[in-house]
Amino acid sequence: MGQSLLTFIYIIASVTFILGLKMLSNPVTARRGNLIAAGGMILAIFGTIFLYQPDNGQALHNHIWIFGGLAIGTILGWVAAKKVKMTAMPEMVSLFNGMGGACAALISLIEFNHLTHGYTGQPEFYSGIQGGMLAIIFLGLIIGSISFAGSVVAWGKLNGRVKDFVFKGQHLVNILFLALIIILVVYVLTVRPESTYVLFYLVLILALLYGLLFVMPIGGADMPVVISLLNSFTGVAAASGGFLYDNKAMLTGGILVGAAGTLLTILMCKAMNRSILNVLIGSFGGGSTAVAAKTAPGAKTVKEINVADLAVSLNYSKSVVIVPGYGLAVAQAQKTTKELEDLLEANGVEVRYAIHPVAGRMPGHMNVLLAEANVEYPKLIDLEEANELLAHADVVLVLGANDVVNPAAKDDPSSPIYGMPVLEVWNAKMVVVVKRSMSSGYAGIDNPLFYHAKAKMLFGDAKKVLQDLVSEVKAL
Amino acid sequence: MLDWIQSHQQIIYIVLLMIFLGIEVIGRVPSVLHTPLMSGANAIHGVVIIGAIIVMGKAESDNYPALILGFLAVILGALNVAGGFVVTDRMLEMFKQKKTK
Repeated sequence: MGQSLLTFIYIIASVTFILGLKMLSNPVTARRGNLIAAGGMILAIFGTIFLYQPDNGQALHNHIWIFGGLAIGTILGWVAAKKVKMTAMPEMVSLFNGMGGACAALISLIEFNHLTHGYTGQPEFYSGIQGGMLAIIFLGLIIGSISFAGSVVAWGKLNGRVKDFVFKGQHLVNILFLALIIILVVYVLTVRPESTYVLFYLVLILALLYGLLFVMPIGGADMPVVISLLNSFTGVAAASGGFLYDNKAMLTGGILVGAAGTLLTILMCKAMNRSILNVLIGSFGGGSTAVAAKTAPGAKTVKEINVADLAVSLNYSKSVVIVPGYGLAVAQAQKTTKELEDLLEANGVEVRYAIHPVAGRMPGHMNVLLAEANVEYPKLIDLEEANELLAHADVVLVLGANDVVNPAAKDDPSSPIYGMPVLEVWNAKMVVVVKRSMSSGYAGIDNPLFYHAKAKMLFGDAKKVLQDLVSEVKAL
Repeated sequence: MLDWIQSHQQIIYIVLLMIFLGIEVIGRVPSVLHTPLMSGANAIHGVVIIGAIIVMGKAESDNYPALILGFLAVILGALNVAGGFVVTDRMLEMFKQKKTK
């Protein structure tokens, strides 16, 4: 009875996960979709605690430990998620993802201990273990560990605690690590040596190291891709747990996320004109670009504009396009941006936002940010449409964006971002770039836009500049 | 190998179908919703907590390594689930406000 009820609960949970993901794909139903999936999750968790029966027929015990762990994790997660600032949400997601990966790796660790519990040195012991079981334990361990280590590094990099770290031949080392892991696993699975126990922990350490090394050198606009990839990794790790316990809810949820996350990663790679393999090996041109960046500034001059002039230009144009970037998020200037938009719209200026798919630190980062300031959904324009719009715009205001408006991506084959679709802001009548300094963007490369004939610079913190702009426009 | 496929055919079917379903479901997502979607997917793979609960519940009460690691696994899994869903809800809250206007 209990067992069949649990099966039914798992079916419902699986349906809520699928439904939830589907509803998350539409702005109207997204929130409900999230809650439905959460409801299915709660059902599955409590169903497992009270109804699950292991093979030996005994009900689960250690309820105090289970509820204690659930309470601690839930409270910590809840508080962290409630307190985190909008701008820090990407790194929060990365951190939570890492926790999931660690959870999957721990499960594998414990199951491995169960398997090897009775080992007292008899040589045939390890060959008695089911190969499929061992393979799945390894899978969960490796992918979970990589996801955990990688996500923590990604989290550290996004909030600035971890700096880019590149050394010569890093690709080779990464490939070597990956190859070593695979060779070890194949060796253990086929030969079942007496050293299985030791090799298992060696694989754990190697997987953790690989996770670190693989995210460490990735800088630039690649971070969102990495988080998305690690997200799908954790999905696969969770699914391996589903294999282990023949648990269909874990399997469905895990594989669903694994597949969806992989597709999302591919879509993002396409938007940046890079291959998954390139990201996996971990390479964003560091050396050659630094040289290019050094030679460029100084050779050309930039034109500056002051706030008063800009206010006039904005107020008397027909169409204004705002290009938001990470700088806007850092300055927490989204509300002030909305204020400026309202003022201009009241004066008959058409204001739109051009959203590059990888602006900010995560896809959709800018959308979330602007939604917080109540910017209307139809005013956010996607890349392709935006480029048509930009050609007719009177003034383009670039707020803390850099790499996504870099013309080098279009016309400089030597640039590391060459081929990446960018917002062609230089087609507008005038471009004003609001920036704190001349420093390069996250990709660490120079931006020829700043020296473009149509471009003018306005140095300062985005929020401060926008506040001044608002009062200037009001005074007109 | 073929035996293995034979005995696990149910699971293999599920995996195959879920891969296609996952791709289909995501394929129609507008880029505006990418971050909340990633975050929602992140919460859903928190289903790994079920494994943590099973492992914890099976551990013998004198097997301290298993108890401690299992306890840690439950905490981490719960963090992933609770944090994931709450963060996603916070992101989506803002979309909703705008819609009601």
